Amino acid sequence: MDNKDSIQNIIIVAVSVCLVAAIIVAGSAVSLRPTIQMNKALDKNKNILVAAGLFEKGVTDNAQIPELMTSFDVFLVDLEEKTLLNAEQASALGIDIAEYDQRKASKIPAMSKELSSADDIASITRRARYSVVYLLKDGDDISRVVLPVHGYGLWSTLYGFVALQGDLTTVTGITFYDQKETAGLGGEIDNPAWKALWVGKQIYGADGEVALKVIKGTVDRNGKNAKYQIDGLSGATLTSRGVQNLIAYWLGDEGFGPVLKSIKG
Amino acid sequence: MSSMKEVLIAPLFVNNPIGLQILGICSALAVTTKMSVALVMCIALTLVTAFSNLFISLIRNQIPSSIRIIVQMTVIASLVIVVDQILGAVAYDMSKELTVFVGLIITNCIVMGRAEAFAMQNPPVLSFVDGIGNGLGYSVVLMLVATIREFLGSGSLFGYAVMPLITNGGWYNPMGMMLLPPSAFFIIGLLIWGLRAWKTEQVEEPEYEIGGHTALTRPV
Repeated sequence: MDNKDSIQNIIIVAVSVCLVAAIIVAGSAVSLRPTIQMNKALDKNKNILVAAGLFEKGVTDNAQIPELMTSFDVFLVDLEEKTLLNAEQASALGIDIAEYDQRKASKIPAMSKELSSADDIASITRRARYSVVYLLKDGDDISRVVLPVHGYGLWSTLYGFVALQGDLTTVTGITFYDQKETAGLGGEIDNPAWKALWVGKQIYGADGEVALKVIKGTVDRNGKNAKYQIDGLSGATLTSRGVQNLIAYWLGDEGFGPVLKSIKG
Repeated sequence: MSSMKEVLIAPLFVNNPIGLQILGICSALAVTTKMSVALVMCIALTLVTAFSNLFISLIRNQIPSSIRIIVQMTVIASLVIVVDQILGAVAYDMSKELTVFVGLIITNCIVMGRAEAFAMQNPPVLSFVDGIGNGLGYSVVLMLVATIREFLGSGSLFGYAVMPLITNGGWYNPMGMMLLPPSAFFIIGLLIWGLRAWKTEQVEEPEYEIGGHTALTRPV
């Protein structure tokens, strides 16, 4: 018994337990990482398709995702110059669109900028210069535009996609693929019933500014502003406000607003 | 030495970790809004408890008592990380819903409690069975609470609508409180009350009793 509590034994046990535990943890992390990353990428693409209304729950299979994704024309948006760049123009800048990670880029000083508190409506602190958008064309006309959006809710940054119709103001869907809000309250932004409320709403008012608001309580369906209003989530005022802010930011003048206007011509 | 069967069955009702030992309440409040999520949590916790008991019991004669808690924590934490990784690889949607709670198995008192109270004194196989038993005891309560909460809070069971909600064009107006953590507190309280009314030997002795009247009587 004395031997068990000797300093020598304490060190031996501590070191060997740590070593074995470290090997097991590292082994599982390394061997499972490719699968996890594949799942993440698949989930992100699924959210793009759901927002665009191309993924029907229960009908579309996860295996169809890669094929469905090829129907999009993928562009890079330069948020500084407010221009739309195709794959060639992007590679001229040294960016491979398929590999571009906006979240990573927003942490690299050369590829992002810090936002002043007045500009930072969505509380994201830094914004990457480039962003990847997805266009779906029907002949020569654009039928869908899927825009990546993110902003701070109550506990976490909400990452998602907003998809617009060809008129570039009517919402066809919104999804969030990464958020850590309270399950059952703020987490309800993932609820299909709530996301369904967004379909058909208008982003821009008559003056061309972002008019869409997430209001407290239930929208008066006959009110004249009903098409610019979404029911707030009860018990999740701050998450609802976060969603409203991220829409205001990303579809506003600092975000995709000018580019959308230029596409519209 | 207690028998294998007793070790496995006792935690279900007689010595339930939540009901009698009042361990693991924290996650019972957090992950019981949906049955599917609660089920995955139960499986994860049962596996972690069983294997942490097994490994700790295997090295119980080598663990110095001065660092035994930190050794237990290391074993448990490693297992939890492995479980979290496996969930991310196999059931990504589920791991997204469980978010931080898988990681919080580390702090679940049941895992640590069984390691310290049982695995440190008992042989590996028996400890493993004890881990399974306690995991199941936790699961029984968790699934009961999740059933009540999902049924009353969302009108569904395992995600299938049983009572169509008003918001989806049905008739059931959900009890919003059932989706909030305090409701689990009330349900667990009622379950413990029910359990103790059934198995009266679980009722604890009161810590003190109000004594009789003891005013001093002084001879005049």
